[in-house]
Amino acid sequence: MEIKLTINNQEVVADEGKTLLDVARENNMDIPTICFHEATTANGLCRMCVVEVEGMRVLQPACIVKAAANMKVQTRSEKVVRSRKTILEMLASTMDLSDAPEILTMMDEYGASAERFPDAERRESEVKDDNPMYVRDYSKCLLCWRCVQVCAEDAQYTYAINFEGRGYETQIGTFFDKAIPETTCVLCGQCVGVCPTGALKPKRQFLLEGGMSPQEISVLNTGRKRRKEK
Amino acid sequence: MVDVDLTPLNSAIDSYVPLGRSGLLPALHAAQKIYGWVSEPVAAEIARSLRVPLADVHGVIEFYSLFYNEPTSTHVIRVCTDVACALKNADGILDHLCAHHGLQPSQTQPDLSLTIEPSPCPGLCEHAPVALVDDQAETNINLEKGSYELGRPPSPVYGSIRLLTSNCGNGTTSFEKYGDYVALKKALGMKPEDVINEIKASGLVGRGGAAFPTGVKWEGAAKAEADAGAKYVICNADESEPGTFKDRVLLIDDPHRTLEGMCIAAYAIGATKGYIYIRGEYPYIVPVLENALKEATDAGYLGNDFDIEIRVGAGAYICGEETALFESIEGKRGFPRVKPPFPTTHGVFGKPTVINNVETLCSVPLILSMGSTEYRKIGTEKSPGPKLFCVSGDVTKTGVYEVPFGVTLRELLDMAGGVANGRQLQSVLFGGAAGAFATSAHLDVKMTFEDLRAAGLPLGSGVVMVFDETRDMRQVLKSLGHFFAHESCGKCYPCQMGSQRQKEILDRLAEGKSLPGDFDRLQDVGWTMTDASLCGLGQTAASAVLSAMKLWPEMFQGSKV
Repeated sequence: MEIKLTINNQEVVADEGKTLLDVARENNMDIPTICFHEATTANGLCRMCVVEVEGMRVLQPACIVKAAANMKVQTRSEKVVRSRKTILEMLASTMDLSDAPEILTMMDEYGASAERFPDAERRESEVKDDNPMYVRDYSKCLLCWRCVQVCAEDAQYTYAINFEGRGYETQIGTFFDKAIPETTCVLCGQCVGVCPTGALKPKRQFLLEGGMSPQEISVLNTGRKRRKEK
Repeated sequence: MVDVDLTPLNSAIDSYVPLGRSGLLPALHAAQKIYGWVSEPVAAEIARSLRVPLADVHGVIEFYSLFYNEPTSTHVIRVCTDVACALKNADGILDHLCAHHGLQPSQTQPDLSLTIEPSPCPGLCEHAPVALVDDQAETNINLEKGSYELGRPPSPVYGSIRLLTSNCGNGTTSFEKYGDYVALKKALGMKPEDVINEIKASGLVGRGGAAFPTGVKWEGAAKAEADAGAKYVICNADESEPGTFKDRVLLIDDPHRTLEGMCIAAYAIGATKGYIYIRGEYPYIVPVLENALKEATDAGYLGNDFDIEIRVGAGAYICGEETALFESIEGKRGFPRVKPPFPTTHGVFGKPTVINNVETLCSVPLILSMGSTEYRKIGTEKSPGPKLFCVSGDVTKTGVYEVPFGVTLRELLDMAGGVANGRQLQSVLFGGAAGAFATSAHLDVKMTFEDLRAAGLPLGSGVVMVFDETRDMRQVLKSLGHFFAHESCGKCYPCQMGSQRQKEILDRLAEGKSLPGDFDRLQDVGWTMTDASLCGLGQTAASAVLSAMKLWPEMFQGSKV
């Protein structure tokens, strides 16, 4: 069934059951997202897609909230912009965004300053290079949860990774911090595919970026099983 | 890898195996009773027995403050360092204890004989400063005199009426003394929808902080479609708001009132299963509840159509949020869910659920017994009934105060003997850490939902924490900042990072080291958490700070550009 609602004072027609994000994008209206991915369950974590809906006390995540008849939505109100800008500034003060060009573009668009929060404790950790297939650099992780979700019910049902810590100290981790080969990981690579910030990276890409040549990498024998070894 | 004898574990968790993942928190508690902490082989054995993925078990241990995956003693002293205790030298007590035992905070003796750690508010604010020593409360600690009280915490109850607290203040009220569940018997003689109508007519709203109409909640769950019996009633006894301790008193002194309230709710909505989710910092109440459940079962009120199971939390303020509480019962990290769908249709295990606060449930037998018309004669038209306030901080008589809605703040403070030591009032924290500050300008505001709302103050869970003229409010704000940074679950970005940034800015303020621009930073972080967070924790994590900025802008001098 089709319904009518108003987005940014413009009347739009939408199919019932679609999210506000779907409807806005169908009408070429931009709503930024970070954690959202078509292949994973939307959890409304990053709150970058929040919009102001008339009659609602707090901002609403467009990736989850369904369009409803006669809804009045503002996608770029003052409140919305302050929240998005502050979230981006907090991200820049928390993690390494060097491999996240989409977020850097958003920062430009919202006039967000990477230096807004001086003396902020950053989330830093050592690069984990413990398997032939991918490298984990959680200093670049923004906790979109996609890797945990594809490792579990959203795709692979492997349950190799979950969360460590709580709040600001949260990180993605394995059972008692075991190396990937000692976990239930099947090296399917789906987590690497959905990572938006380069926190998970194919081992070969990691080595190439580190300055090794393809020839040097090939003699490392990474990513290939030694068939003759018994 | 640690070498551990798993034999005692297996017999201890045997009864949780049929629960599957939902048995995870009970199994982890059982493991820690034996070993003090959850080592890798113990976690792996629990995972295998309950059929939960290893990484998920690890994720759950990591989420809850009271679960440990590093060597920890079975003997733990937890010193409260939150607001009310901080006023009474909590940090000094923690330092003193640590020095005495040669430990640093959050450290364990090498021989595992003792662990000492700071703790968020354990709900004993009227006895500040306090600590938890294993399963016992250590209250009114006085370093100078070297004195303290250890054991069951007393329940000082005052006020102008004694309806909800009629059985409180004199130890646990046994079933024999409580008597038959008269209100339940009356309810059973009515149609379920008439019970709901009576609750609706009473005007009862939730006493946990959100003030949602109880009857409307029940009606939603009653009408929700579900397989026969697949509905739940949950008592939210995860009372964790700093400054709140009323539910502790109701549960330990009068457990049958809560049980009767739950039985009535179960009949009204057609539930066959109930849970009492009690916070892990109230271990001394658990045996009281277990005994009350046994008494109620022996009397035939439980065990036939309706049964109640006790679940014990493990150190997570967020689990007081209803959907996070469901996740916790289901054996998961306490992440709040996106709403809608609401608990009345999709609650614990995805089934229709009524979840009510302890004080709300205790109001139910009262309403049924006296009838909604009589009940409404107490309090005001828009805020009917009696209300419990938790009065703590710098007043002469701290404790639970039962009053009708509508008394003024001045009247309440007069009942409490006024500001302690003859000092002047500086401010009152209303509603807890997630609340807002009031000043002497608010003394004549009536304590009702409508009057407080008009004054911009939240009633919340009934916290009235008093600060005298000598207190440095910047230290109080620092303490609130630390609380939220510690308790944010980390799910949504505004709260996960905002609670940390807020803490850092408030730390600078308290140390007199504010940076230019901190005022605006604090405002942006605060409003972003308020407007954009996923759940009530994040949405109120800056509430007290923003109210302080409005009341005392001069306090933030030096932080402006």
